This record gives sequence, structure tokens and C-alpha cells, in this order.
Amino acid sequence: MKVYLVLPLVAFALAACEREDREYRANPMTAESQEKIALVPLSAGPSGPTEYRSGLGKEYEENAFHISQGQRFYTWFNCNGCHANGGGGSGPALMDDRWIYGGQIENIVQTIREGRPNGMPSFRRKIPDDQIWEIAAYVRSMGRNVPKAAAPGRKDDMSPGPAEQRRPPGQVIDGGQVPPSAQMPQ
Amino acid sequence: MGYLRVTILLAVPLLLQLSVPSRAQTGPQPSPPPFATTPEDGQWTIPQKNFASTRYSDLSEISAENVKNLQVAFTFSTGVNKGQESAPLVVGSTMYVLSPYPNILYALDLTQPGAPMKWQYNPKPAAAAQGVACCDVVNRGPTFSNGKVFFTTLDAHVVAVNAETGEEVWKTKLGYINRGETMTMAPLVVKDKVIVGISGGEYGVRGWIQALDANSGQSLWKAYSTGPDQDVKIGPDFKPFYDSDKGKDLGVTTWPADAWQQGGGSVWGWISYDPDLNLIYYGTGNPGPWNASQRPGDNKWTAGIFARDADSGEARWFYQTAPHDLHDWDGINEMILLDMEWEGKPRKVLVHPGRTGFVYVVDRTTGEVLSAKPFAALTAVTGVDLKTGRLQYNADKAPVINRVVRDICPTASGSKDWNPSAFSHKTGILYIPHENLCMDWESVEANYIAGTPYVGAEVRVHPGPGGHMGEFSAWDVREGKELWTINERFPLWSGALATAGDVVFYGNMEGWFKAVHARTGEVLWQFKTASGIIGQPTTYRGPDGKQYVAILSGVGGWAGAIVSGDLDPRDGTAATGFVNAMRDLKNVTTTGGTLYVFKLP
Repeated sequence: MKVYLVLPLVAFALAACEREDREYRANPMTAESQEKIALVPLSAGPSGPTEYRSGLGKEYEENAFHISQGQRFYTWFNCNGCHANGGGGSGPALMDDRWIYGGQIENIVQTIREGRPNGMPSFRRKIPDDQIWEIAAYVRSMGRNVPKAAAPGRKDDMSPGPAEQRRPPGQVIDGGQVPPSAQMPQ
Repeated sequence: MGYLRVTILLAVPLLLQLSVPSRAQTGPQPSPPPFATTPEDGQWTIPQKNFASTRYSDLSEISAENVKNLQVAFTFSTGVNKGQESAPLVVGSTMYVLSPYPNILYALDLTQPGAPMKWQYNPKPAAAAQGVACCDVVNRGPTFSNGKVFFTTLDAHVVAVNAETGEEVWKTKLGYINRGETMTMAPLVVKDKVIVGISGGEYGVRGWIQALDANSGQSLWKAYSTGPDQDVKIGPDFKPFYDSDKGKDLGVTTWPADAWQQGGGSVWGWISYDPDLNLIYYGTGNPGPWNASQRPGDNKWTAGIFARDADSGEARWFYQTAPHDLHDWDGINEMILLDMEWEGKPRKVLVHPGRTGFVYVVDRTTGEVLSAKPFAALTAVTGVDLKTGRLQYNADKAPVINRVVRDICPTASGSKDWNPSAFSHKTGILYIPHENLCMDWESVEANYIAGTPYVGAEVRVHPGPGGHMGEFSAWDVREGKELWTINERFPLWSGALATAGDVVFYGNMEGWFKAVHARTGEVLWQFKTASGIIGQPTTYRGPDGKQYVAILSGVGGWAGAIVSGDLDPRDGTAATGFVNAMRDLKNVTTTGGTLYVFKLP
């Protein structure tokens, strides 16, 4: 009888360890992860796009330490200046379900690194690769596309609304609209 | 609650009864200067209408009696569903309409039924510029002079287009988006000089104003808003009225070391010109970053009003509306030039309804502030000391690092933002479209990274006392008193237009275009357009001899970014805090970009 009680506790404890897992050695500035992903669900041929994910994404977005680091860097690198606390401003909202350039963590890493045509600056070699992943993981948490246990709780600054952890699980709808102003008549 | 508004509210019924009949007994109302009263030609060639920026037309076919019959004459889509802050211009029998980014200029032929397009000109600005445009990708209008139409593009170019053919005459690049520089303002042409300024006060730009040769686009002079006197064009002719503006290199010494290089003071609002004094008047934007603790000092020459020689650019005087600005209170609002009697003496004045919540009446020859009366609910400021000219901040509402200070009024966008007032030459009344907003503010450390925002504040905007967020107020300039006001659910982000028919026009963010009685404020007619209105109404006499009224409909701008940028209303700090107050706007209007032109049947 007691075993049945203890087992879940052990499982919880182990899960907690993974939740807090961290690397102490930072990537060199020149390092760059090489995920092979597509920007669209459509491909030539019926099988869907050919993609290869190394598993790095899961490591980051299921880890509270990485997400919380990402939250810090999100402000440090002025992401909040355009995207606010996820609701957006001059840049699009990040807490909603529409993703113009893909909403998987690999897409977001690529968006930060490469920039995007309608105003997103490129941060390649300005932010170390592992920190880009951490920011992307935090961005994923804004729409609660990360496990509840890993998502941030209430922050110390002005409350913009409920904390990431308290938001309902989100979804990712690919192919959100490019802002209409980008469509030039003529 | 200490709101100054209380006294104004109490005074309104009294004023409504007394103001009109008592005027004759207490001296003449202010009047437009002679250079703004040339005979009405029925055109609307610059957004300000005239150099005095009164936005008044002598056309009177549309009157308080018949305005109720107004109907749509024609419409036109700008093809861009972003904030339409621009003013439709009319020169001869052609109308010019400028879209937000990508800044397409359209010419419409008013001689044909339905005003078909004559041509369009697309400057093809860099799409990446959208990423350094703080508050939607707006443009405040083209301007016409001597056969050419001039306008700015979001990626910091100035363009001159042949007004007949739509061919590009010249195009000059003046800024770099990698430094956060964009352009959104309407140029003003003064004696073959195209005067423009740079936007980017939320990106740590170093603001400037510049004059280009109207024929070639070559730079003739450039004056920065921060830095050494030489860069600011402060020389022997500079004679500010107040002592705090006197001294060497204040644009450097009123900042921490080198902070002036990212100090803001952008120039993105309105320019007026007095041909008799040969002076231009314009305001400088907020200092950067918003977090004031990172820039101790007065932060000259940001958040103030400059008078400069139009030919040389040399500064004549400066008045700082917000020394060491705490809350993003740019000085860029319109400068309306009037002549008025002040304490028995005739004065040439400049009237400036400021973001700080005061209507400033400034002697435009000297820079002396004659009066500064509140026109909105205020908690963060208590007044303006007329001896020193200094804005009096309420220390209780001053920002503190990492602590939320609540109920700061006015809000960051001010008691009134860029959207220009109109002054009726006939009633002598100033019509001010403005806001009734307060905010909570937390200063946080800002990092300067070129090409990204430089702000350092978490903000949540909320409605001011009464719960309504916009007000359209008739203002007695001499008395410094509100005569009447119309409350609006959302902030007013559209300009005003005054006409000799005793009708005043403006639009609201729900999409209603309104005609109100210039003397009583009675709403005489209103029409629901397709989207919220944040544009500038204009009026003209068409080739058929009839009077028309034009307005662009299409919500956006800072206040409307929640709709034009499809922001998430769950984050109150979105759009630098404006979303907190505007959550409902998505349930009221959608994006748009349509010109509406009205006439009598």
C-alpha cells in the first residue's frame, strides 16, 4: 500500500530534477545549431515536408531554468520593446495562436537568428546560440506551448495579465497573416 | 480627488451661458495673423491649411443648417489597412491621398464622376522599416508646393513627386533604420525649402530637423535636438526667454556623459511658419529612454518648442515644455499662430495644446509663456511656473525604479497627442480633440541596442475620471477655459477642421465622422465609416463649385495598434501600455483604409 504512495512521489521528484536541469558551459559565440525544418506544412509530394529535429528543442522548452533564463534575456535584448509581454506592439503578439513564420521552437530560433522581412531584426552573432534557444523557449511559454510545470509563475514587475503558468494550454496555428501593410498594391 | 478637471466641469454650465454674449464686453478674441487670412481659394494644399496651422476654411456652403443633409460623394481605398493619419489634399482639380507604409501617393481626378485615379506613385520603402516604427506605420500627410508633392517615407526618405504626372523628381535618404530612424511627419515647405524631421524617440535616435532644397533634395541645413551648440545651431541669435535655457552646450551638459547621443528629441509633429518674422516653430520629442533615472538633468533640447530662422536654421528661442521629461511628453503637437491682445497690448502668440495637459500661449517673438491652463484631468503636474517657465511635477507621481506608480494623469501619450486642433477664424474658438487617460508606470532599466527599442518602462493605460477616454473641447484661448466638451468612449486620435459655415468636423475611433455646431457643440450630423477614424478632415471647393469634406477612415496609430497590429488584449502592457485601455476596440471596429468624401445633395 505504502509503495503506491511513494512511487508517484519519486516520479514527481525525478521529474522535478529534469525540470531544473541546466548546462553550466555556454556555447561559443560562433556555434550555431543546425535544425532542418520547414516553414510551411505543405510540400511537393504527399508525405509532408522533410524535417530533422535534433531534440534540442524539447530540452529547452520543457526546462524551467532555460525558460526563466529566456525570460530575462527577452527583456535584456529588448524583445519586450516590440512584443511587450507577449501581447505585441510594433511587433506581432507572441501569446496568441497565430504564427506567421512558424510556431515550433525551431522556427522561433530561426526567426530570432535570421530576422524576418517585415521588421524582425536579425540577431545572429548578437545573441549566443544557447540564449536564442532560451528566449525561444520563453516565447513558447507565452502561449502556454510548454509544460505547465516549466512555465514561469508571476513576475516581479507590473502585471500585464495572468502569468504564463496560469494560462490554458495553447496551440499553434501556422501561417498567420503577414501584416496587411506588407502587401503592396501596384 | 485633486483633479483639476473638477473645477472645469463646474465651470462649464456657467460658461455655456455667459461666454458668447460676454465676449464683446471683455475685449477681442484672438485672431489669425494676416498671412493666414488670404482670400479662400477653395483648395487644401498643406495639412495645416495655412502657415499659422489654423485648419480653418472660409468655405460656408455647408452650414449648421444644412449639414444634416451631407451625403457620400465618392470613396477610395488606399489599399493599406493600417492607421490612416494622413490629410487628403486638394490642389486645383486633383486630390492627393497618401497611404501609411508602404506610403503610396494617389492622385484622384476631381473633374470626373467618382474621382477616378489619375496615377499612383509607390516609393517602395524597405519593409524592415516596419520593425522600427514605434506606433503603427503611419504617415501624417503629403504637402504641396509649386508643382510638386512632398512626403516622407517610413524608411526615412523624403520624396518629391511631380504633381501633374506623378513622376519622381527626387528622393533623398536621410536616416538609417539600423539606428532606429524612421520618418512619419508631414513636411512643410517654406520658400523652396522642404523642412522635415526624424522619428524614433523610442529607439534612442538623436533627433534633428533638416531643410532640403525643394528643387534638388540637397540638404541646406540640419539642426540636432541634442549635443553641442554647433550641432543644435545655437549661435549669437539664440535668445531664450528663461534662464534655464541659457548657457553653453546645454545639449551636452544637461545629460550624463554621452547620453545625448541616444537622447531622442525626435521631430515628428507639426511645423508652423511666420513669414513676417521668418521663423519656423516646431516641437522636439521625448528624451530617451523613457526611464528618466538613466538621464539625470534637464535633457536639453528635448520635449520643448524651438523657434528657428527659416533660411539658416539658427535657433532663435527655445521653451522646454517638459524639462527632464518623466512620462514621454513630447513637445511635438501643433503650434497655432495667432494675434491677440494680452493685458492691453497686442501680441503675436503661438498656441500649443501640449501633451503635458496645458494649453500654452507663448509670445512667438520672444518665447515667453503668457499662460498655461489645464485642459484635461491632471495628477502628475500641478501647473507651470510663469516666472521660470518650468512645469511643476507632482513628486508623488514621479517614477521609481522597479516600483509601480499608479494613477498618473496625463498618460504617456499625453492629454493630447499629435492629432491637430483647429482654430475658427469666425468664432475665435480653438477646437481640441484630446484624451482623458491616466496610467500606471514602472521604470525599469533600458539597454541601448541600436535598431531596437530604448524605453525602460512598463506601462498600463486606463481611462481618466468619468470613464470616457476621449474629449472634443471648445477652448477660449484668451480666458484659458473650456467652453463645452463632447465626451467620447475612446481616445480622440483624429484631427479637427473648422469652417466658416460654423461647422466643426472630427472623427472617433468607433468610425463616426461628426459635424458639430461651432458655437454650441451640438452634434448636427454623423456618419459611420467603415473603420475607426484617426485622420485629418479637410474641405475644399470642387471643380463643380460645391463644397466637399474629406476624411480617411482606418483605425490604427498608437491608440489603435490593438486593431491595426492585431495585438493580444490579454496583455495590458501591449503597445507600450495602450492596449490596457483599448481592449474593447477589437469588438467595435476592424482595420480599414478608405477615403470618404461628402457633399450636400
